[in-house]
Amino acid sequence: MRPESKRLETWLTIAAAFVLIVLLPALNALPLPEALHVSDFTINLYGKYLCYAILAISVDVLWGYTGLLSLGQALFFSLGGYMMGMYLMRMIGDLGQYHQPIPDFLVFLGWSKLPPFWQPFSSFPFALLMAALLPGVLATVFGFLAFRSRIRGVYFSILTQALTYGACLLFFRNSLLLGGNNGFTDFKFILGQNLRTPGTQRGLYIVTAVTLVAIFMGCRWLSRTKFGLIQQAIRDSENRVLFSGYAAAHYKLFVFVLCSLIASIGGVLYVPQVGIINPSEMGTEKSLEAVVWVAVGGRGTLIGPILGAFGVNALKSWATRAYPDLWLIFLGVLFVLVTVFMPRGLVGIPGQLRGLYQRWNRTSKDPAPVAVAEVEAEKGGL
Amino acid sequence: MKFSPCNLLGTAAAAMIAFGTATAETVKVGILHSLSGTMAISETSLRDTLLFAFDEINAAGGIKADGKTYTIEPVIVDGASNWPLFAEKAKQLLEQDKVAVVFGCWTSVSRKSVLPVFEKDNGLLFYPVQYEGEELSKNIFYTAEAVNQQATPAVDYLLKMGKKKFYLIGTDYVYPQTTNLILYKYLLLHGIPVENIGGGFRKDADGKVISAGKYTPFSHTDYQQIVAEIKQFAASGDACVLNTVNGDSNVPLFKEIAAAGLSAADCPVVSFSLAEDELRALPTKDLVGELGCWTYFMSINTPENKSFIGRWDAWLKTESYPGVVKEKRAVDSPMVLSYDGVYLWKAAVEKAGTIGVDAVRTALESGSISFKGPAGKTTMQANHHTVKNVYIGETKANGQFKILKEFKDVAGEPFILKGLDEKLAAGK
Repeated sequence: MRPESKRLETWLTIAAAFVLIVLLPALNALPLPEALHVSDFTINLYGKYLCYAILAISVDVLWGYTGLLSLGQALFFSLGGYMMGMYLMRMIGDLGQYHQPIPDFLVFLGWSKLPPFWQPFSSFPFALLMAALLPGVLATVFGFLAFRSRIRGVYFSILTQALTYGACLLFFRNSLLLGGNNGFTDFKFILGQNLRTPGTQRGLYIVTAVTLVAIFMGCRWLSRTKFGLIQQAIRDSENRVLFSGYAAAHYKLFVFVLCSLIASIGGVLYVPQVGIINPSEMGTEKSLEAVVWVAVGGRGTLIGPILGAFGVNALKSWATRAYPDLWLIFLGVLFVLVTVFMPRGLVGIPGQLRGLYQRWNRTSKDPAPVAVAEVEAEKGGL
Repeated sequence: MKFSPCNLLGTAAAAMIAFGTATAETVKVGILHSLSGTMAISETSLRDTLLFAFDEINAAGGIKADGKTYTIEPVIVDGASNWPLFAEKAKQLLEQDKVAVVFGCWTSVSRKSVLPVFEKDNGLLFYPVQYEGEELSKNIFYTAEAVNQQATPAVDYLLKMGKKKFYLIGTDYVYPQTTNLILYKYLLLHGIPVENIGGGFRKDADGKVISAGKYTPFSHTDYQQIVAEIKQFAASGDACVLNTVNGDSNVPLFKEIAAAGLSAADCPVVSFSLAEDELRALPTKDLVGELGCWTYFMSINTPENKSFIGRWDAWLKTESYPGVVKEKRAVDSPMVLSYDGVYLWKAAVEKAGTIGVDAVRTALESGSISFKGPAGKTTMQANHHTVKNVYIGETKANGQFKILKEFKDVAGEPFILKGLDEKLAAGK
């Protein structure tokens, strides 16, 4: 990468982080005229998109950087969400429909006291710990078995999809005592703060934005270390990496576990902002949606998944209100167009334009730089 | 970046709508149903009924309140069978569009998902589909059938028929679980011994029954073993089945029942989730003679109902909304309860003299708001549930019901479990 474009990238990152973390919440908090004011609704909505962006990054680090197309990232996202949800359910206290000290769904399942595994979830740190442990352990066991058996490509994708579908069916069961089909809703407090006030929602938004920026920086740093280079080499040719003496399975396992944790963090932040978590979040289509965001934004880049998650969801929010009958067709056509005409996603547009421009100039110029530019663009697109 | 033109367009459209509101005296009313995804097949019918009701009210001169005459402007959003999206859309309707009232939701989980939003923003939601009760929000009015307006009257009817054994079967989610638990206790209270209640039980550590009946997952297809069990259970000839299985699983269930030679005369099945709209998609020959229980049947023989169906058919011919299917339509209970909800709201607004949520709620809770609709008279009570007639019907080959029994003016009660527990404890 040329130094000036690297400097530009740094500045753009700082500017975007400033807008997300400082400017938007400030415009929401300050008493400003209508035209400048960012509504509570918008802040809350953007908070949700940023959580989706975190999920999209976890998909992309696996798919775009390591060549592992996981169709089960929504599972880790939901597990994080469920752990947070359990804590939030405990915080309702006796303010539920039945005014009992245990969650409502347990009351109508006939429980009069809290099942033992629910008890420690009154503690926020414990819930966070479980949000890291549960997805982490699951990813370690699953990844160990899958990578040791050298399960690759489409087989890996199918297995991850089966895993999330199985979990979805499990969580649907009322006897699991996690709310069955309805899951958890009607949260009231987080860390002593009322969840329904704009201030708490703004706080959650800021935490989400800071987390997203931190994850973005962390993943960017990782992709530029020696580890990141080997990771990308695995993507490009796993056999060569193996024959060079690297234990590719270990690298893949580490990335898989890391990405399960990133997805879980997204879920932890998602639940208090959206106000519901239930098993349909683990459905296979949710994981597929996240893959679509990455494809639209541009895989193999870190800004791509953020743009994709934000863009596709903003479009969905707008279209389900503006064209409630036609929006699915609309979105479907968009995805087809993107795949056909923008194989590198939104992020690839400048490169594509540059390519067009240079092809147009080809007759008057030396062909050599064109070839270099195309090779560079190819690399970005993989 | 790519999407900013779209957003701009959206903002421009919103600005135009806002401008429109200021000049013509319209009141925005939200429709929050799934128009795509798995629930779309059921929920689009409710969207259609609501649009029909709005058009009817607008044509008849609108709603008089706040010293103005309001015409209803529907704001339709698609919840897309996606529960977090339901919450987002509810926020959008209340905070951005500032609608006066919302009609919507089908599944309990969608209602649970929007409930905190309606409470936070002090909105008003009318919920039209039979449900398990055990909930009462000050911001939701339930025109839906409560369990005591559907399941328990059906049991009363079967007890009168001389049935002594009851088999409980359902899909594993909250409505069947709660309904069956209520039915289990209700049957005990009516002198049915535990061994005559089929489907199995799950008990907690203290031996208390926390779940009654046989459960299958959504979209389950293999009912061979369960039907064999039912057949054995029904061998004595005085048994019946209480069915809370949902959706497409009913096809294999009834096929298997027919194949096993269980006739409706020997062992009737009462289904609580199959209305005329669902029967359009089922092989009705397997269901002839089986029972249903709702607060409305299309076959109700009253001038109000005949006129309603006539107006509905006429509206379908002339309306021009996108996405409304015109052919082979049926009317059923959730649709009529949606329709009733609109008129109850209108009556409450006119009584309160304003569209303000608090005043409308007070009016609705007064107990004097009622509507004489296609299902008979419906009155809203202080407990946010309605008083209305309950009907038992027998399925015919054409997908309609022959009405066998009518219970007059049954008052909806959301919290039944606790009362049953107390009565059972007193009896012991």
